[in-house]
Amino acid sequence: MTKPARTLPQSIDATQHLLGEADYLADRSLATVLFLALRMGRPIFLEGEAGVGKTEIAKVLATTLGRRLIRLQCYEGLDVSAAVYEWNYAEQMIAIRLAEAEGNIDRDRLSHDVFSDRFLIKRPLLQALEPDTAGPPVLLIDELDRTDEAFEAFLLEVLADFQVTIPEMGTVTAEHPPIVVITSNRTREIHDALKRRCLYHWVDYPSAERELNIVRTKVPGIGKRLSQEVVHFVQALRKQDLFKAPGVAETLDWASALTELDAVALDPTTVSDTLGVLLKYQDDIARLEGGAAKELIEQVRAELRAAE
Amino acid sequence: MAEPLAPSQSGSAGRPSPASGGGESGRLADNIVHFARALRAAGIPVGPGAVLDALAAVQAAGVGTKDDFYWTLHAVFVKRHEHSVIFAQAFRIFFRKRGFLDQLMAMMLPQAPGGPPPPPPPAATRVQEALFSDVKDRLKPEQREVELDTTFTVSDRELLQKKDFAQMSADEIAAARIAIKRMVLSLDEVKTRRLTPHRHGHIIDMRRTLRASMKAGGAFIDLKYLGPKTRLPPIVALLDISGSMSDYTRLFLHFLHAVTDARKRVHSFLFGTRLTNVTRSLKARDPDEALAACSASVLDWSGGTRIATSLHAFNKAWARRVLGQGAIVLLITDGLERDPDDRLAFEIDRLHRSCRRLVWLNPLLRFEGFEAKAKGIQTMLPHVDEFRPIHNLESMTELCRALSAHGGQAGDPKEWLRRVA
Repeated sequence: MTKPARTLPQSIDATQHLLGEADYLADRSLATVLFLALRMGRPIFLEGEAGVGKTEIAKVLATTLGRRLIRLQCYEGLDVSAAVYEWNYAEQMIAIRLAEAEGNIDRDRLSHDVFSDRFLIKRPLLQALEPDTAGPPVLLIDELDRTDEAFEAFLLEVLADFQVTIPEMGTVTAEHPPIVVITSNRTREIHDALKRRCLYHWVDYPSAERELNIVRTKVPGIGKRLSQEVVHFVQALRKQDLFKAPGVAETLDWASALTELDAVALDPTTVSDTLGVLLKYQDDIARLEGGAAKELIEQVRAELRAAE
Repeated sequence: MAEPLAPSQSGSAGRPSPASGGGESGRLADNIVHFARALRAAGIPVGPGAVLDALAAVQAAGVGTKDDFYWTLHAVFVKRHEHSVIFAQAFRIFFRKRGFLDQLMAMMLPQAPGGPPPPPPPAATRVQEALFSDVKDRLKPEQREVELDTTFTVSDRELLQKKDFAQMSADEIAAARIAIKRMVLSLDEVKTRRLTPHRHGHIIDMRRTLRASMKAGGAFIDLKYLGPKTRLPPIVALLDISGSMSDYTRLFLHFLHAVTDARKRVHSFLFGTRLTNVTRSLKARDPDEALAACSASVLDWSGGTRIATSLHAFNKAWARRVLGQGAIVLLITDGLERDPDDRLAFEIDRLHRSCRRLVWLNPLLRFEGFEAKAKGIQTMLPHVDEFRPIHNLESMTELCRALSAHGGQAGDPKEWLRRVA
């Protein structure tokens, strides 16, 4: 159910507004990068901790602009046949056998016929270069750091010139370049050659104010007090010496969990019972057991009282 | 820096840039060019392509508020999270008042590649003393004999092979350095999930098969196979530079430099009381330059050892960034932790579980009757895959060999624990 295709935003404000329509509250810096990327036709390279909404940006762009979202999830061992194209070997075999049966074996013609568009299976990168009635699609290359360096090299051609070279057929060029969003969790450094072709942005944890807005937009049923306490608790938690600080996704999960439990405010028991939603490492959870969670809640309450 | 860095007031660029239409925009374009130069001097790699991009970006976004302008340039010039800070400083200073540019340069120069050498920070001299005082003290007559014999004969080499690094004279260290440089870290390969053409593979390569069959006009099918591709895993070295290790530090750094030079993905960290990432410094081609850069970035040479704290810092900030794809960790330390407690066991356990193979290299193993009695060593031993000596060229060569495959019984840490028990 995508909305009809729309034109690209004409200013930074318009970009921020566009994202806001799909309930994505972006800060000014992110809106600037997105606007520039759309305007200049450059890929966006988003890096940041897990759960800060990197992937979400691509989804939101696709929905609000009414474009098709093509997603390439990266993994170790990802290669051309899974990412760019593959030949339909079964069909090719049959075609060869048929030609043989007809007694019509002209080698040049046969290889020309067999390596043609009809036998090509298009994978995400090639699909993204195809014309689309709704406008160029949004190509999401998710978690690029999970592949090896060899795969990055495939991407260079696609990202710089929006084209793919198939040895048997020639070069496929996109008439209208897709909107490319690349995300990375930084489990390794991405090569500079690839970054150079993109606009880079580090997606940080949001400020308390923005996170509060996000929680209230995304978890509609949440009470005013609970949302405030949840956000400030998470913000305080991020300042602790944790192995993995909770991201926005975790905040939202936790807020919905607490709403489902009909909580109106944080209390130490509920917090320790639901901590698994927020923290994903046993020793991080262990840190907050005992009095630590209670102390943190009290600290948050004191802060909130002081702010009022 | 030879480039003239004074900002020019008129459009003096030889080639008209997209945004330099003259007048105000022309001056802005000039400023961006100069700003890019300042960034480059400050150590952010900004190519000419990025400058053109910046001009296009500013034109696209328009110069609205200062904030928007900031993020517009940020989007184009910054390609790494850690450059953000430098960019912020540079931007603030450059666009506040241009007279500050010189100050900016002065502030940033220590990081500028190829710039004039900055005054040696106190750390560097400390390092020199720490590293060389010992060697000079030990220039004893019997070692002079070795020096007289200028040709590098076989027996000499043998002597050098067995000699403890801590007892080497300056010349011997120089010879050892050359030997280290020649060491080829034989290649421990891991299977990846990627496939490559292979004569005895098990998976049929349809693409090549079909192409080969086409040659014969499809009359018969010539099967081609794929097998797993192998790759060198990343190496992560954690080198203890505390006082008790100071006799060895320099040569180990040479070793790490040689390894960095030979392989693609090597990350090096130094720790004493705190952890420092010296990967970039070690990437310099010239070993002396690399070591100088290392010493400049480290503040805790020859101090105490806080293994647990350093490992904690590594586990938290770096493990997830550098231990992917089956990394081997070389932990080079004597294991003499000042106050071993549960934290040490916890951190070494986490480290062990986040890498493919944890090799502990301990120069203390040079002693014949070494026993794993120290508390820190006993805490750490159960969590390492291999426990090896590294105190002379022979052991280093042995290590290189061991890294090529899973070393047999020689490095088994349990053996050492059994001996104490």
